[in-house]
Amino acid sequence: MVTLNDYLLASGLLFTIGFAGVLLRRNIIIIFMCLEMMLNAANLSLVAFSRFNLVNGLPNYNAQVFVFFIITVAAAEVAVGLAIIVALFRSRQTTHVEDVSRLKF
Amino acid sequence: MNYVSPFLFWAFTGLMLGFALAVVFNRNPVASALSLVVSFIGLAALFVQLDAFFIGSIQILVYAGAVMVLFLFIIMLLDLKAEQRRRLNPFTAIGGAAVILSFIAELITVLRHVPGGNNPLPALSGRGLSGQGSIDDVREIGFTLFSHYNFPLQVVGVLILVSTIGVIILSKRELK
Repeated sequence: MVTLNDYLLASGLLFTIGFAGVLLRRNIIIIFMCLEMMLNAANLSLVAFSRFNLVNGLPNYNAQVFVFFIITVAAAEVAVGLAIIVALFRSRQTTHVEDVSRLKF
Repeated sequence: MNYVSPFLFWAFTGLMLGFALAVVFNRNPVASALSLVVSFIGLAALFVQLDAFFIGSIQILVYAGAVMVLFLFIIMLLDLKAEQRRRLNPFTAIGGAAVILSFIAELITVLRHVPGGNNPLPALSGRGLSGQGSIDDVREIGFTLFSHYNFPLQVVGVLILVSTIGVIILSKRELK
């Protein structure tokens, strides 16, 4: 039997893996992908709470609208973030975070 | 419809978490991006199991489709090679491991006290807007979106416009 805790555990582990990637990897593109993974972990727990807390016998659709907004904002964020990475690569020829340690060059 | 097969749940969770680990441990950025696509597909399957069909489809279309294609496009545009093994700063490694282990410990502690955490999936009994007694989530989400969240929806439209302009300005050759 699958319970709410199982979904929350899966979501928490996905978040932890994404967090580990942000802490341990030095490639800025991989760090960015791990950020997306963490956003998706939050989405999974929102959808699980929506399904397990019924309103009038139906899932709570406010949570799913919230997930919709998160996905929209994340897509906009990816576009801007990748443009910043391209601009960074043009001026420094690197995507390593350790090579970019100064604000002004 | 109100029954989630435990086998399918653990299979898709394993797929999602396994390929998420592959994202972190692959040296080659292209392999990482493709692993992330598989991880997102597993996540979309979990959404579908939770009767969130609309969220599952836009997860596939927006994330596994648009966002990851953008990532692959940028990786190939920048022509990134598999990164050479650099020695991890020991402070980073120890600090990272400590933070991750404490995170998992906190997760286990918190999950013991979630209200209603051990309840099985409740049965759907409501008749939605369609009145058919079947789940009609696109209609429900659309109704909620355009009645209660109309203003946030328009703000998100402005946000997408602003980010489009921002991307064009950022990717110009010379900033003046």
